[in-house]
Amino acid sequence: MKLTLKIWRQKNAAAEGKIVEYPIDHIEPDMSFLEMLDILNDELIMKGDEPVAFDHDCREGICGMCSLYINGEAHGPDRGVTTCQLHMRMFKDGDTIFIEPFRAKAFPVIKDLVVDRSSFDRIQHAGGFISVNTSGNTIDANTIPVNKKDADDAFDAAACIGCGACVASCKNSSAMLFVAAKVSQYALLPQGKIEATDRVLNMVSQMDAEGFGNCTNTGACEVECPKGISLENIARMNREYMSASLKG
Amino acid sequence: MALDSKIPSGPISDKWTNYKDHINLVNPANKRNLDIIVVGTGLAGGSAAATLAELGYNVKAFCFQDSPRRAHSIAAQGGINAAKNYQGDGDSVFRLFYDTVKGGDYRAREANVHRLAEVSGNIIDQCVAQGVPLAREYGGLLDNRSFGGTLVSRTFYAKGQTGQQLLLGAYSAMNRQIGRGKIKMHNRHEMLDLVIVNGKARGIIARNLVTGEIERHSAHAVVIASGGYGNVFFLSTNAMGSNATAAWKIHKKGAFFANPCYTQIHPTCIPVSGDHQSKLTLMSESLRNDGRIWVPAKLEDAKAIREGKKKPTDLSEADRDYYLERRYPAFGNLVPRDIASRAAKERCDAGFGVNKTGEAVYLDFAAAIQRYGVDQAKIKHLDEKDTALVIKLGTEVVANKYGNLFQMYEKIVDENPYSTPMMIYPAVHYTMGGTWVDYNLQTTIPGCFSIGESNFSDHGANRLGASALMQGLADGYFVLPYTIGDYLSPDIKMGTISTDLPEFAAAEKAVKEQIERFINNKGTHSVDYFHKKLGKIMWDKVGMARNAKGLNEAIAEIAVLRDQFYKEVKVPGDANGLNQELEKATRVADFLELGELFAKDALHRNESCGGHFREEYQTEEGEAQRDDENFAYVAAWEYTGKPSEAVLHKEPLVFDNVKLVQRSYK
Repeated sequence: MKLTLKIWRQKNAAAEGKIVEYPIDHIEPDMSFLEMLDILNDELIMKGDEPVAFDHDCREGICGMCSLYINGEAHGPDRGVTTCQLHMRMFKDGDTIFIEPFRAKAFPVIKDLVVDRSSFDRIQHAGGFISVNTSGNTIDANTIPVNKKDADDAFDAAACIGCGACVASCKNSSAMLFVAAKVSQYALLPQGKIEATDRVLNMVSQMDAEGFGNCTNTGACEVECPKGISLENIARMNREYMSASLKG
Repeated sequence: MALDSKIPSGPISDKWTNYKDHINLVNPANKRNLDIIVVGTGLAGGSAAATLAELGYNVKAFCFQDSPRRAHSIAAQGGINAAKNYQGDGDSVFRLFYDTVKGGDYRAREANVHRLAEVSGNIIDQCVAQGVPLAREYGGLLDNRSFGGTLVSRTFYAKGQTGQQLLLGAYSAMNRQIGRGKIKMHNRHEMLDLVIVNGKARGIIARNLVTGEIERHSAHAVVIASGGYGNVFFLSTNAMGSNATAAWKIHKKGAFFANPCYTQIHPTCIPVSGDHQSKLTLMSESLRNDGRIWVPAKLEDAKAIREGKKKPTDLSEADRDYYLERRYPAFGNLVPRDIASRAAKERCDAGFGVNKTGEAVYLDFAAAIQRYGVDQAKIKHLDEKDTALVIKLGTEVVANKYGNLFQMYEKIVDENPYSTPMMIYPAVHYTMGGTWVDYNLQTTIPGCFSIGESNFSDHGANRLGASALMQGLADGYFVLPYTIGDYLSPDIKMGTISTDLPEFAAAEKAVKEQIERFINNKGTHSVDYFHKKLGKIMWDKVGMARNAKGLNEAIAEIAVLRDQFYKEVKVPGDANGLNQELEKATRVADFLELGELFAKDALHRNESCGGHFREEYQTEEGEAQRDDENFAYVAAWEYTGKPSEAVLHKEPLVFDNVKLVQRSYK
């Protein structure tokens, strides 16, 4: 396959960025999208240019490190995958592909396609945990039975990989799906109920402080989420927030 | 220097309890005067950082990723073992201990493994208390499944994402402490050297990967939890960034490196598809609960399949060779990983491979889909003779158990594994070797500890499935937090360690010089070029089967490649800011040394055991032949300036509780 890549290049956080065009050839449909970028980078290095910086690590869709906004979609045109699981068979010979970083006020660009998502970590610091010491003096695991449906729903919410596709896809750059996934996981489990009130208030407050936008229920986040995190979680978080606000 | 493993005396089942009762403690008011550096935030590092902070120490944690949640423990799929005996199938602490020692081909330290088995149950309690959503049965209690090398169901899991859920549990415990200010988290930082003051580890030199700044960080103890060195093979199931730099740097500063040749080649990975390949993807061992492994029984069928003239589903049962079930009737498809991997290689080498390259075997779910489908039809009072219905119902059960893995496979290979068998082949997955540690998890450098995959201690020559998560969390939550207190107790009045000490300046200078050397080199090849060459030498000559001739060649070739690397590597850009090629260069430089020691260790070990298979040492049936008389020891290597000239120290392995026999899974 022969392709034209139009890639966002930006030297550092302070510099101005721009789209630069790169032709690329001999791409196989079985390659992953990031392997295609590896080939481009090898060519750039050989030519004496700086390679394109992009985040990636596990390359199997679970660490959440890779990002990229490809032809106007977070993680590209395929569904239920991260960029590292996107394969070139999703494109046609002769295609032009735009590659940009995830864009949001709370995700500033560090270099080229690499963005700073530490705002997500700070939301977790505010309440994304159950306050139990890791001392080994907890009660036997089976003394806390959990209804299977609740356990499965909690698992589905906990499957969030924290990649930020929801934010990048949202016209308001809202982090509601990300925050709701964590709030839901704990709200569904008996272990999480004790701190439920403070958790949802603190996490939402930190989310706002980071500069994420509000949710207007367009559902774009759910469509682009590589892990299929459902909008139901946002509804659940809204209920939790409402009830916590009344208590507070 | 004589190795002292510091194994406590007494009966094995009392050692840990007695030991904990008598070690020195640090009182809570003094803990806040002590700093601990933790490098790596996977299951071991993350759990250690959280627990140490809860205890009151000031923790400085480091990871090269953009968040601690991304550490590669996250990719562990299948499960975590614990001797809970919830299934009532005869499991016990002793059985888990026994299975792990046997599974490790009798090359692990008994006392460490027993301690691991003792705390395994606590891990599950802890994780459930943290809100980790482990799989449950309809009654609300925890579910279990089976893994290779055992005859009980002791594996706890969260679909095919157990590592993710456990790591997010540890990450949540870290977040609580970061929020409280007890952990200072340094994301996007890489440790580039250890600082030793008066013979004790007192800090690290780290590069801020965003600004390029070289930073000095001091502490009263340094904990290395940086994972394994599987990426020395270039292609492995490890993450792209997984590296051995922290572990290798401490080795060069005096920490002995143990058993580097014990590497796990995982039997169920997606086969290599071409030269562009950047990494390999694991398909969880849990799939072997329900998948049957086979190749065509006739060479002509294998050839026809490779050429695309036949499909696997065209072959009748009689024309298939379920070679694991044939060779190992007792354990069948659930033999340990080393055995399953070698059996796949044996069939493919004999010409029965099923993909274009001839390096793949089938993992087939048709029988499981049929079996589950019939069960479901019976339960729902539907017609169990209706083939389409049975397949539909069975597919639903299989999808529920392994859905995410099947989806991952389909995305990569572009084939539907529900209707055609998966193709799999062994790939490098885990390294049992690592920095040598004593019973306290302390390396040969006082004050420098090593936990999780980065140490060597618990898995011997082969790790059983679902034991890595157990070990990482055991070390971090339940072992290190005790043992480190004993080490730190004399330091309570020391106060903060200054980073202005000359030892910090010297270490920083060496790091800066190496970086400048790479930036100014202006060579002709990218870092990957050398990494791929190293990987090829390692896979061809130090891979699944090794022999003296190949190992000698590998040692010589790696030394040549290393020289060439320093002369010809090209690192674009500069050192002031994010430079991913520079990061790779410093990592590959260390792999180029580690690979040589790895081959040297494999050459010296004139026996086959676990993941180390020397072609010269096998039984008539092609099984690994151990030599307990001469090799029942840990090989701990001391760095002396050149990996090929490392000095061997032996820690004899004494087995008082397990009888050494040839491992049999027949």
